[in-house]
Amino acid sequence: MTLAMAFDIGLALLVVGVATWTIVAHNTFAAVVGFVAYGLLLALVWVRLAAPDVALTEAALGSGLTGGLLLGASTRLRRTETSEDAAELPAGALRLTAVGLCTLVAAGLSALVLLLPVPAATLAPQAMASIAATGLGNPVTAVLMAYRAIDTLLEVVVLLLALVGIWSLAPDRVWDSLPGPRHHADSEGFLTFIAQLLVPVGILVGIHIFWVGSDAPGGEFQGATILAAMWVLAMMAGLVDAPPVSRRWLRLVLVVGPAVFFAIGLAGFAMAGGFLAYPESHAKMLIVAIEMPVTLSIAAALALLVAGPPERAPGR
Amino acid sequence: MSLAPHTLTILAILAGAFFFMAGTIGLLRFPDPLSRLHALTKADNLGLGLVVLGLLFQAEGLLPALKLVAIWLLVLLAGATITQLIAHAARPNGSAG
Amino acid sequence: MTDATVYGVCSAVLVGLGLFGLIMHPQPLRKILAFNLIGGGIFLLFGVVARRGAAAGLGGDPVPQALVITGLVVAFAATALTVALLLRLFEETGRATLRSDG
Repeated sequence: MTLAMAFDIGLALLVVGVATWTIVAHNTFAAVVGFVAYGLLLALVWVRLAAPDVALTEAALGSGLTGGLLLGASTRLRRTETSEDAAELPAGALRLTAVGLCTLVAAGLSALVLLLPVPAATLAPQAMASIAATGLGNPVTAVLMAYRAIDTLLEVVVLLLALVGIWSLAPDRVWDSLPGPRHHADSEGFLTFIAQLLVPVGILVGIHIFWVGSDAPGGEFQGATILAAMWVLAMMAGLVDAPPVSRRWLRLVLVVGPAVFFAIGLAGFAMAGGFLAYPESHAKMLIVAIEMPVTLSIAAALALLVAGPPERAPGR
Repeated sequence: MSLAPHTLTILAILAGAFFFMAGTIGLLRFPDPLSRLHALTKADNLGLGLVVLGLLFQAEGLLPALKLVAIWLLVLLAGATITQLIAHAARPNGSAG
Repeated sequence: MTDATVYGVCSAVLVGLGLFGLIMHPQPLRKILAFNLIGGGIFLLFGVVARRGAAAGLGGDPVPQALVITGLVVAFAATALTVALLLRLFEETGRATLRSDG
């Protein structure tokens, strides 16, 4: 057993341990904290699996923004912790059946993993063969923006659909309103201090990670998540207030990304003979032209997804 | 001699790991939130600082080295602010205990 | 047993754990947490398949990795929508439960 294998086994045991804590913790707040730690450990696992782009996305989105969302929800639902709805986990026959079922599922998936075909099927040679034509250096970005660009377009649309779904949960009387509770800026406070210091740095880091995604690990989703996190931080520290959801500029920012994506896709019919086809000489320029507005739209959408449905009138 | 940077890296990272362990033991064993926060700051400042110092010897060029130091400074900033926020929540209005 | 296989078994255990939490917890927020655990395990399974497909000078097959990135974003969007639904249910009924009595 080599040192690397010992490290892998240790890390896998740690991930399973933190996941078990998340399931069995009594307090929901503790369970959410365990979930954030689980996400960060998963990011380490992704680095061990030679997938740094996924590690960045998991740490920022899966652990960071999701953790923030769930922490906010668990704080608002604190009252229900001690009510009769938060009963003990059902014991006896139901528990035994559940344990049996889950063990079966886990064993089945393990068998699947251990019985995977030994010359592993892979698309890496095909991906690398055409990457010079796209002008990119990062194969994951090439898959996202060139080979499977329509998946990425639909993914951005799914984000917008989720946002529309959340906004439609607002009661009629607050339709033209601000999402989330008002946070007041305490000018002597620590949160305001760190927000004033960290937000400019965070914006720079987010744009940098988006920009280097063409040739190094990174890309638009990771950069957009960092930008969204900075907006959420500014809102939580009270530096800026959430915009009313009916503002035209907000909706324009949200839509410009998928609109440009779709327009360049349609232009692909004229330029290279297919939807989202790029002519070889201008491929990188078109990809960057798509990525910039998409990063902006995704950042806005992610921040508004965390902020939630409209609930208070402006000016309060 | 190319052995010196690797030796320094190993020594610095071992020292950093020691501070991480000390901070974790403090987190688990200290009685109240304020002393636990105090123990955690050792892991943040000294532990991570020594690990970054060890990695600086492996950096190829000025820009990666500066990025490593920038990461350490950002973690310091975030850690210091979170510590203040948690301490304020654990002991509001300066009340004793 | 390679490093990818270790994480493959780990991902299977995570899916089992998450499924247990999904079935057993009565509170919807804990169910959402468990569902995200299952999601993390499934994405890890994709990552294991990607790692085994290392070829052409890369450390892993980039296609499953790109699929996982897409999946993470969509999972976040679904979680946000579910949490918003749960909070709305809490505002309307004063209780956060999926029981249908009363």
